[in-house]
Amino acid sequence: MSRIADRFAALRVRNRTALVPFVTAGDPCPAATVPVMRAMVEAGADILELGVPFSDPMADGPVIQRASERALAAGMDFGKVLDIVREFRADDAETPIVLMGYLNPLEAAGYAGAAERAAAAGVDGFITVDLPPEEADDLAREVRAHGMDPVFLVSPTSSDERIARICGEASGFVYYVSLKGVTGAATLDVDEVAERMARIRRVTDLPVGVGFGIRDGASAARVARISDAVVVGTAVVARVEESAHAPEALPGVLAAFIGELRRALDAATS
Amino acid sequence: MPDLANVKAEDRLIGRYPDERGHFGPYGGTFIAETLVRPVEELRDAYERCSKDPEFLAELDAELRHYVGRPSPLYLARRWSREIGGARIYLKREDLNHTGAHKVNNTVGQALLAKRMGKTRIIAETGAGQHGVATATVAARLGLECVVYMGAEDIARQAPNVFRMKLLGAEVVSVESGSKTLKDALNEAMRDWVSNIDDTYYIIGTVAGPHPYPMLVRDFNSVIGREARAQVLEQEGRLPDACVACVGGGSNAMGLFHAFLDDADVALYGVEAGGSGVETGKHAAPLAAGRPGVLHGNRTYLMQDSDGQITPAHSISAGLDYPGVGPEHSWLKDSGRATYVAVNDDEALAAFHVCTRTEGIIPALESSHALSYAVKLAADMRPDDIVVVGLSGRGDKDIQTVAAIEGIDL
Repeated sequence: MSRIADRFAALRVRNRTALVPFVTAGDPCPAATVPVMRAMVEAGADILELGVPFSDPMADGPVIQRASERALAAGMDFGKVLDIVREFRADDAETPIVLMGYLNPLEAAGYAGAAERAAAAGVDGFITVDLPPEEADDLAREVRAHGMDPVFLVSPTSSDERIARICGEASGFVYYVSLKGVTGAATLDVDEVAERMARIRRVTDLPVGVGFGIRDGASAARVARISDAVVVGTAVVARVEESAHAPEALPGVLAAFIGELRRALDAATS
Repeated sequence: MPDLANVKAEDRLIGRYPDERGHFGPYGGTFIAETLVRPVEELRDAYERCSKDPEFLAELDAELRHYVGRPSPLYLARRWSREIGGARIYLKREDLNHTGAHKVNNTVGQALLAKRMGKTRIIAETGAGQHGVATATVAARLGLECVVYMGAEDIARQAPNVFRMKLLGAEVVSVESGSKTLKDALNEAMRDWVSNIDDTYYIIGTVAGPHPYPMLVRDFNSVIGREARAQVLEQEGRLPDACVACVGGGSNAMGLFHAFLDDADVALYGVEAGGSGVETGKHAAPLAAGRPGVLHGNRTYLMQDSDGQITPAHSISAGLDYPGVGPEHSWLKDSGRATYVAVNDDEALAAFHVCTRTEGIIPALESSHALSYAVKLAADMRPDDIVVVGLSGRGDKDIQTVAAIEGIDL
């Protein structure tokens, strides 16, 4: 079993909803990321989503766009993202790490080489925003061949037929994008999310995570009851941005925020 | 003249590409966020219906005739050809279209499609502003709300077009992210679309983007080549030896080339912007100096670094300033059916002046790239050879740029 499946199995036993924060690797500088990852795990994160910066992040709102720009300006590339994962893995062998990004850096690295290097560094899954299942066969094959999970997105516009197809291709978990829009957009409608979750669960036994529009303890708590994982991206990255001038303060700032989300999730599910 | 009936079915290019999933060989495809899959499928279905609907086609034809002013002339540049002393150069005069460029062929078609789909809001990206103006124009005519995304850099260098769009009732949104040029405007338009898919139609301005855009924009522009082919047959009694067109995203070039794809004796030349010189890295020539990757919904040649980050394009002409290119051009390059070359800023500028002085036609700086290469080509050909050049737009929008380069204060 992959680390992701192990982690969800363990959380299920404890009736705990996974907390999945997102940070862009190398934002605001390469040295900042590993301490931030450790602090977030310490404060209650169960799985980490690590953004691979890209020059043209079409599906992201301004907050995550700027994170990508900061990381690239600081010299990040795919190889350095893997260095971060490797360093994190040196003293955390259990917390799953999912790389989230766009296809072109993987095209440039070559799918087979990228998957092999990522697996060796300790990566557990890939979310590739601009890669729907229709075009995903080659990459998904390489990701699976190296024991990792290709994670796919389901959106509010996905038909039941597509949901079934996407869930058929996915492993690890399914990521439900709860809003029509870019990351960091408006607030979400929990009733609509609940209705969509029911449709997804009819066709898959995989854990289902919800992301987009979760910005604080209260919104996380509302989603916690209906999902297996709560993904928080823009709200985390916005805090990185606020403290970008003082990277040494970041672990403390993010530990406080993740702690708040953790308590809200646990209160909602207990 | 090559007879189409003699082209074996398996060798035929027209009608064979893209495949049903939008692939031109290894290029093209649908690389988009999941939320956009449904709107893109709806567009594909609507276009499939409309492209077979005689009523839609008749309406499009009437718009092109009475609003755009088609057919555009195929004009023999007699004096210039004589001065060069080589092949006869014909200019396909897309500069004479309403709004001054080929872009309107596409926006008229897509706006009719948007109307059929019941969309009430139009968005577009623009580089030089020609596509933005052409979009704002048709939106005004059809009474649709219009928002145009334009890079902050381009807004600064194309002020007259910005004002034209505003006069036409469009909202022009300045894009401050990334390199603040066309590629970033496209990113921003995609972000708008994904956030407003219920009422919004995205008119992409070139033969790029996810399927069906590369096919659909090509089809709406292919009127250029259909007319040129018939006109040259009428005026010269035979097909040309070569067609030449500038390539940014590549919509005017695809429009000119498409009708000639199965005429194996007609050489096709796409001219990219060489900027300060391809060897300097400051250019907009992904086919000449890039490598395949995925951007803006399709796989194609891109300007990128070794990590797959897109590198900024540089060109004197904002309309060619794009680090990617339509996927069908990538396929035509690899298959050898078309040849792609680069022309530098200074060469394009020289052609701009010669065309203006010799033929009394001020060409767009984009088109000047094609003119420059056509002159080189024609010089080595015989006087009874024929070269057709896509004169994709008029240069009125560029006079400030040209004046600034030459140190003239207007």
